[in-house]
Amino acid sequence: MSAPPRKARRPAHSRVSPAVYLTLGGMAFLSLFPLYWMFVVSTTDSATATSLPPRIVPGGNFLHLAGLVFEIVPFVQALVNSIAVSTAIGVGQALLCALAGFAFAKLHFRGRNVLFLIVVLTMTVPAQLSVIPQYLIMSRLNWVDTLQAVIVPGLLSAFGIFWMRQHIASVIDDELMHAARVDGASTWQIFWRIAFPLVRPAAFVLGLFGFVTAWNDFLWPFIVLKSPERYTVQIAIKALQNSRDIDLGLAMAGSFLATLPLLVLFVFVGRRLVQGIMEGAFKG
Amino acid sequence: MTTTLAPATPPDAGAPPTRYRHIQQGLRERLAPYAYIAPFFVLFFIFGLFPLLFTFYVALFEWNPIGEHRYIGLTNFTELFQDPRFWGALRNTFSIWLLSTVPQLLLALGVAHLLNQVRLRAATFFRMAVLVPYVTSVAATTIVFAQLFDRDYGMLNWFLELLGFAHIDFTASVWGSHLMIATMVAWRWTGYNTLLYLASLQAVPRELYEAAAVDGAGSWQQFRHVSLPALRPIIVFTVVTSTIGGLQIFTEPLLVNPVGGLTCGAARQCQTLTLFLYEQGFGRFHFGYGAAIGVTLFALVVIIALINYLLITRIRWERP
Repeated sequence: MSAPPRKARRPAHSRVSPAVYLTLGGMAFLSLFPLYWMFVVSTTDSATATSLPPRIVPGGNFLHLAGLVFEIVPFVQALVNSIAVSTAIGVGQALLCALAGFAFAKLHFRGRNVLFLIVVLTMTVPAQLSVIPQYLIMSRLNWVDTLQAVIVPGLLSAFGIFWMRQHIASVIDDELMHAARVDGASTWQIFWRIAFPLVRPAAFVLGLFGFVTAWNDFLWPFIVLKSPERYTVQIAIKALQNSRDIDLGLAMAGSFLATLPLLVLFVFVGRRLVQGIMEGAFKG
Repeated sequence: MTTTLAPATPPDAGAPPTRYRHIQQGLRERLAPYAYIAPFFVLFFIFGLFPLLFTFYVALFEWNPIGEHRYIGLTNFTELFQDPRFWGALRNTFSIWLLSTVPQLLLALGVAHLLNQVRLRAATFFRMAVLVPYVTSVAATTIVFAQLFDRDYGMLNWFLELLGFAHIDFTASVWGSHLMIATMVAWRWTGYNTLLYLASLQAVPRELYEAAAVDGAGSWQQFRHVSLPALRPIIVFTVVTSTIGGLQIFTEPLLVNPVGGLTCGAARQCQTLTLFLYEQGFGRFHFGYGAAIGVTLFALVVIIALINYLLITRIRWERP
C-alpha cells in the first residue's frame, strides 16, 4: 500500500507537510467512520444503541441481531437475488458493450456515425422519469415481480459502449484486423479470439461498475419487486426499517449485512475501481 | 466472386464453396455489425425511448392502472403548476442539490489538490478510502446517517449537547432535513469527484507547478493559477452530472424518516420531485399525474443539458 503510483522525479526537497496527512487522514476517517459505526450499532442491544454518550466499541450482540434479520425478512434469498441480478447485469453489460463497442470501433457499416451519436445522446436522459410507462410495459410483459424485470433493462449501458469503443480502438489496429481477415477469420472470430481477450481488463472494470451499481440500485427494484422472496438486499433493508420497533439496531444490522459483500469485494478490486474512475468517469 | 454454374457432375475434392454459401457468408459478414449493436438498440427502444415517449402520452390522461383511461388534454399540467406540493418538491429538490453539490465539489477540489502531491505516501490508501462511500448503497447510507442525526440519541446531537446547544430535530424541520439529506449525498459522492479531479490534475505537467514555484507562487496561487484552469472542463462535467443526479434523489427522503411515509414528513418538508412522482404514481395510482411530473423532470434535464452545451462551447471542451 505504501508504493506511490507516480514515480517521484524530484529529490526530497519538497516534503509533504504533516498538515496534509492530517487533513487526508481526517477525510479517510469521515469516509470510513459511518461504516464502522454501522457495524458497532449492529453489535449492541437496543439499550446501548440509545445510550449517551454513544458507544464506539463493538458489543457481542451481532449474531443475535443477524439472526433476527434472517428471521424477519428472507435475507438469504435477498442475498441470492442480489448476487444473481448484479452478476447478470455486470457480465451482460461487459459482453454486450464490448460487442457493440467493437462494431463501432472497428467495423465499417452504413449509418455507423449516426447510430453512435444516438448512443452518446442517450446517456443524458435519466431512466427515472419514465418509471410509470416502464412499469406498464413490465406488466404487459407479465414481468412484474420477476428478477428479469430488473436484469434486462439493467443491461443497457450507453456509457459502457462508449468506454469499450475507446479501448478497442486504442488496442486493435487496422493491420491486425486485415491480417486476421486474410487468414480467413470471420468477424465473430476476430471479436471473440482477438479483440475481446485484448480488452478483457477494461471489460472487467465495466462489469464491476455494473455489478456495484446494480447491487445498490433502489428505485426500480422497489417498484417492480413485490413479494419478499423477490427482494434484493436493498429492498429487504427497507422492509427491516418498517419493523424497527422490534429493535433499533435491526435496520443497521441489515444494512451492514447488505454492505459487507461489497466491502469484501472492494478490498480486492478497489484499486481497479479507483483506476476506472480516473480513466473514465463511471457514473453510479 | 467466381461465377461457376452449379456443376452437374460431383465437384472435385477441395473445390471452393458453392456460390450459395459464398452469398450466405457474405451476407452474414455484412449484417454482423448490425447484429452486434442490435441488443443495445432493441433494449433502448423498449425500455428507454418508448417509455419516454409514452410518458408524454400518459400525461394527457386521467390514467388509473386498473380502471379506465380518460383523455383530459393538458389538465394534469395546469393542475401540477397550481399544486403547492409540486412547488414544494421543486424547492426541496433544488435546495438539497445546492446544499450537497457546492460543499461536495469544493471539498473534492481541495482533497484532490492534496492527493496530487508527488511525494505523498500511502496515496493508494487515501484514494481507496475516499471511494468506500461510493460502493455503500444509498439505502444503507441513509439508515446510518438518520441514526447519526437522530433527535434523541444521535451522535451529532450528543456533540451539540456537549458544546452547550439544545438538541435539533433534524427530520422535522425544512432546513434540518435538507441538510441531513445533503450530507448523505455529499458523503457518497465526494470521493468519486475527488478522483475525477485528481485524474485531471495529474494531466497537468509538473513543470508548470515548478515554473510557478520558481516565480514565487505559493501553494494557493499555484492552485488558483495552474490547477483551476486545467480543471475547468471536469468541473463543468461534475456540476452537470450532480445536477442530473440531484433531480433523481429518491431513496434518501424515502428512508430518512420511517414514519414520514411517501411525503418525507407531514409537512412534505423533504419530499423531492422523484419521490413526489413515486407518491402520485405508485402510492395513489394517479399514473397520469405522475407522468406529468416525469415530463416536467424531462424538461428540467433538457434545460440543464442546454446550459451544459452553452458552457462547453464557450470554454472549449478538451477531455482526454
